Amino acid sequence: MKKMIRIASGQGYWGDRWDAPIDQVREGEVDYLVMDYLAEVTMSIMQKQKSRDPNLGYAKDFVPLMEKLLPLLVEKNVTLITNAGGVNPVGCMLAVRAIAEKMNFTGLKIAAVYGDDILDQLDSLIASGNPLKNMETGEDLSTVRSRVSSANVYFGARPVVEALEQGAQVIVTGRVTDTGISLAPMIHEFGWDWRDWDKLATGVVGGHINECGAQASGGNFFAGWKEVPNMERIGFPIVEAYADGHLVVTKHESLGGVVSVRSVKEQLVYELGNPKEYITPDCVADFSSIRLEQEGPDRVRVFDVKGTPDTPFYKVSISYFDGYTSIGQLTYTWPDALQKAQKADEIIRKRLEYLGVSFDDIHTEFLGYNACGGDTAPPIEDPNEVVLHIGVRGHNFRDMTTFSKEVIPLVLTGPPTVTGFGGGRPKVREVIAYWPALLKKETVEPKVLTIEVI
Amino acid sequence: MKKVQLVKLAHARSGDKGDTANVGVIALKPEYYPILVKELTEERVKAHFGRNVKGKVERFEMPNIGALNFLLHNALGGGGTLTLKHDAQGKVVSANILRMYIDVPDELEVES
Repeated sequence: MKKMIRIASGQGYWGDRWDAPIDQVREGEVDYLVMDYLAEVTMSIMQKQKSRDPNLGYAKDFVPLMEKLLPLLVEKNVTLITNAGGVNPVGCMLAVRAIAEKMNFTGLKIAAVYGDDILDQLDSLIASGNPLKNMETGEDLSTVRSRVSSANVYFGARPVVEALEQGAQVIVTGRVTDTGISLAPMIHEFGWDWRDWDKLATGVVGGHINECGAQASGGNFFAGWKEVPNMERIGFPIVEAYADGHLVVTKHESLGGVVSVRSVKEQLVYELGNPKEYITPDCVADFSSIRLEQEGPDRVRVFDVKGTPDTPFYKVSISYFDGYTSIGQLTYTWPDALQKAQKADEIIRKRLEYLGVSFDDIHTEFLGYNACGGDTAPPIEDPNEVVLHIGVRGHNFRDMTTFSKEVIPLVLTGPPTVTGFGGGRPKVREVIAYWPALLKKETVEPKVLTIEVI
Repeated sequence: MKKVQLVKLAHARSGDKGDTANVGVIALKPEYYPILVKELTEERVKAHFGRNVKGKVERFEMPNIGALNFLLHNALGGGGTLTLKHDAQGKVVSANILRMYIDVPDELEVES
């Protein structure tokens, strides 16, 4: 049994630097590559794609990436775990198999982890006493049921471990947690007990460090961004996991970035709630127990992590249609840039009133003045330019299109020295809202399918 | 006592969970952490953000890494895909909290 494995983060979200996973495998030794593709809204988009073509519904650009990545994975014997499978992990697996066959990687095992997609089971779940109440508002799902566009359970490491035990070298999953895809190889390689809560929590912390890509290794780094070397080829984090239950966060020497106690601390607090209760499907990790130590250049030791048992529930991510938004922008310049932008805002609002349209919300901010800071931003005198940012949200599509026609006419009808309208009329976008809920674990069963390339 | 801007004592990162923004404020030196605990109360942080935060402010202590984690409720204009705010995911709330001025002992050494 191995004493240490290296788990490299290849992607922090869908749209992250495309060649980072290639660098992670090529530029040094790693055992596993993990890539996160899924956000709440992504699942809904994928359901829409799948409804048009049953072969789709996964991260489409994962497939061309695999044409570059797969030969490297095979050559260096690296296992890839990714949730690129979206709402069609089996379809994604078959697409990867087609590439592997073309490249003659006979014997390569590819797995799909699925069963998380409960969209088709919602009515039977509700009927059998699972109200899928909104965790924030307490409302029953039945209030928005007809508008639901996706529903997925967050699985943890368990089904991924199963796929690893079946010998898969490429594992594409549906909605497995970002932390689960890093924790799974540790359990598989070290034979950790599913009730060894401290070790599981250590793995979860490793997953949290990996899940946002370079955010742990010098990207978006408040305390030291000016000193981060070679950001154009920033090294994504690598978690060295040790069988005894500690980690070392590091990166490839040949790449840029920095791994320091400060850079790791910033990632630990990212999207954190109560630090004592970091809830995952596999355990509850206590982030107020984590200890860090710089043990060498670009090497941070993570140890003493405590955990407690998992809860009886899976978290469920449901998305539903909830109206429209539209946001328009116009840029006003000196002199009196702010006053001009404020006047334009006033004119648009008066026009909307005159035209008799109404919205759930109208919101104005002035970029370059206070948009990002709001009440914390001190006033500035005579800015060189200010961008009017005005948005509306509503459920009446006709009112939304009326708004969309009211922004660019200001160029010829409103205050002077205005520019930045090249994008034309603001787009009206559908709002896909998010409904977090809980579901008893015994209600759903993850499924694993492993196939071998012949 | 003297007034020092928080950016001299701490670094921070922020993010979102629905309509709640979270911001972790991390002491740049171990000796700054007790000052942050004393000065960055939920009430003061709520007052600093003014109309930016419509709900309550919750604070959690992380002495292990010298950090305070704040949850700012109803702070993202509905959050997620509903929001009309430019900073839809609360990404720059980190900078906003570090604009605060807090009281520190006169003898405390702070790099300028």
